[in-house]
Amino acid sequence: MSHMQSVPEFDQQTALAKEAELAGVPPEPGKRKKIATGEGRLAFFLVTPTVILLALIVGYPIVRAIISSFQKDPGLNPATGFFNQGGQFAGFENYKHWLLEQCPKPGGGTAKCPPGSLASQFWASVGFTLGVTIVAVALETVLGMIMALMMHKAFKGRGVIRAAILIPWAIPTAVSAKLWQVIYAPDGLADKVAGWFGISNIQWNEKWPARFAIVFTDTWKTTPFMALLILAGLQGIPDELYESAKVDGASAWQRFWRITLPLVKPALAVALIFRSLDTLRMFDLPYILTGGANGTATLSILVVKQIQSGQNSASALSTITFIFIFACAFLLVKALGASIMPKPAAKGRK
Amino acid sequence: MTSSVQAPPTTTGGGEVVFEQPKRGFPWSTVGSYASLVIILVWCLAPFYWMVVMAFRKPEYALDTTLYPNHLTLSNFKYAFNTTNNQFGRALVNGVIIGVAVTALAMAVGVFAAYAMARLEFRFKYLILGAVLAASMFPGVAILTPLFQLFSNWGWLGTYQGLIVPQVSGALPLAVFILTSFFTDMPWELEQAARVDGATPGQAFRLVILPLAAPALFTCAILIFLGVWNEFLLSNTLYNGNNNVAPPTVALAKFTAGPHVIPYTQTMAAGLIIVIPLVIVVLLCQRRIVSGLTAGGVKG
Repeated sequence: MSHMQSVPEFDQQTALAKEAELAGVPPEPGKRKKIATGEGRLAFFLVTPTVILLALIVGYPIVRAIISSFQKDPGLNPATGFFNQGGQFAGFENYKHWLLEQCPKPGGGTAKCPPGSLASQFWASVGFTLGVTIVAVALETVLGMIMALMMHKAFKGRGVIRAAILIPWAIPTAVSAKLWQVIYAPDGLADKVAGWFGISNIQWNEKWPARFAIVFTDTWKTTPFMALLILAGLQGIPDELYESAKVDGASAWQRFWRITLPLVKPALAVALIFRSLDTLRMFDLPYILTGGANGTATLSILVVKQIQSGQNSASALSTITFIFIFACAFLLVKALGASIMPKPAAKGRK
Repeated sequence: MTSSVQAPPTTTGGGEVVFEQPKRGFPWSTVGSYASLVIILVWCLAPFYWMVVMAFRKPEYALDTTLYPNHLTLSNFKYAFNTTNNQFGRALVNGVIIGVAVTALAMAVGVFAAYAMARLEFRFKYLILGAVLAASMFPGVAILTPLFQLFSNWGWLGTYQGLIVPQVSGALPLAVFILTSFFTDMPWELEQAARVDGATPGQAFRLVILPLAAPALFTCAILIFLGVWNEFLLSNTLYNGNNNVAPPTVALAKFTAGPHVIPYTQTMAAGLIIVIPLVIVVLLCQRRIVSGLTAGGVKG
């Protein structure tokens, strides 16, 4: 269907040559020629609005954020006691504020930020964001795989399953956070279900139960989505492969490891990367479910809380956040050897 | 989707019951099939079922955990639309206004870029595609902080445009990706025939591709609208306390019944009102949505 599935590589050179012929240009290699055709000019006009709009809405704000992250926030100058308008060049002060958890000390200089301040939560929140991502995405991948295999095999009720599986995906995260808040209420449904398994007296407002609640809720909502993406990959595997493996005496387990997994890997890798990116910027769920209390503040929550009390400092934190997320994405892409770029030109031309 | 339906259920099991083609004796395959069906249905629907049960339960029984519906009432829904505490009806209208505006803007701009990506050869194509991908990968907070500053200078905080424009940042890349994928999959021959008959690329696009692509455009519009309807992070800060422009997710997060009361059942009723249209759309268009999701493969 798309980049999710492996597509036979196409001879692009021939396709290009044919196209050039159609456009009335002698088939000659070289980029300059392509641009000279009407096609290049048309493409320029078609693509420009998108590029301009994204540059204005994404590019410009991000550049602005990077600039203001190096400026002072307005506030009392602790050294002099005078009010400072803010905006002066601050060097790496805002970054140090977060990364080294340094706060200005009365009388000048800096000291370790007091517990409870936002900066003092920075590294804890990096750890929590990363931890949730690793645990939740791993759970979602394994459960999603199992669910996809079930769906792939189920010959009855496929339509029903597909409809059901879209429900958790369709419920907005904000609504699902409120829903699970009711489920995790004191003496609520979660306590009742836990009681069936002999677990009682869970303090949902303590650190680890609260974290568990967030991971579980996220897994509930996104596992079906993961399963859908994996299922699309499964459906691209020809049945003959399994047949011949079976004839050769491969066990079900071997068929899974040697056929299913390698062939579904490209689809799986892309799903995994996009899910990780999404979880690393997680905001709605913990913000509504716990308000970021009890050790459940993600980096996005810290940024939103900081916006009200110092935007240049918030800019530094949001810059740190996106660099952190891009670094994780880069590592994931390298580690999984995945191609996340769509390959529009490589197919469909015959 | 269709080819594998008749295929024998031979595949493997990643930890689940392995069922072979039924031989004689106990029908493990059928049992396994139904068991998977039940497991998946319970996983997906149980919490949603609880939301429905709670939404129709009297507020006094909010902590009653009886699993079947009881103490039925419609008062929660009346409460949700009661304007003294919340402006929930207004929020729904806002959600539609913002959703339609973002979808229309993203589609109108994205459809042309997607056509160029799928059908035309030009320099920097992959660079531009990469830039669009990168734009969609920035976390919301990365643009939220500077936009908050800019909008407070321009007086855009708590306005419709202040809620619409930022969301194009997510919607436009999604539109470009989904539509690029759809255009790439469309039969190339028709367009070629039009070109041979003397149509310019622009005419081929207008007269051949767009009419054919109508279902794809519709799918893409649904996915974008759902995405905007779900959005919370940007709106929650940029609405800046102005309930007249707050979308439903923000209104729900702020849902209140006065101090010291946690309005569980009323919140569930409000949540259900947000979700029901989505569920209907999803059930009606499930095939399209699934194909759109796997085509875009981008985000949920």
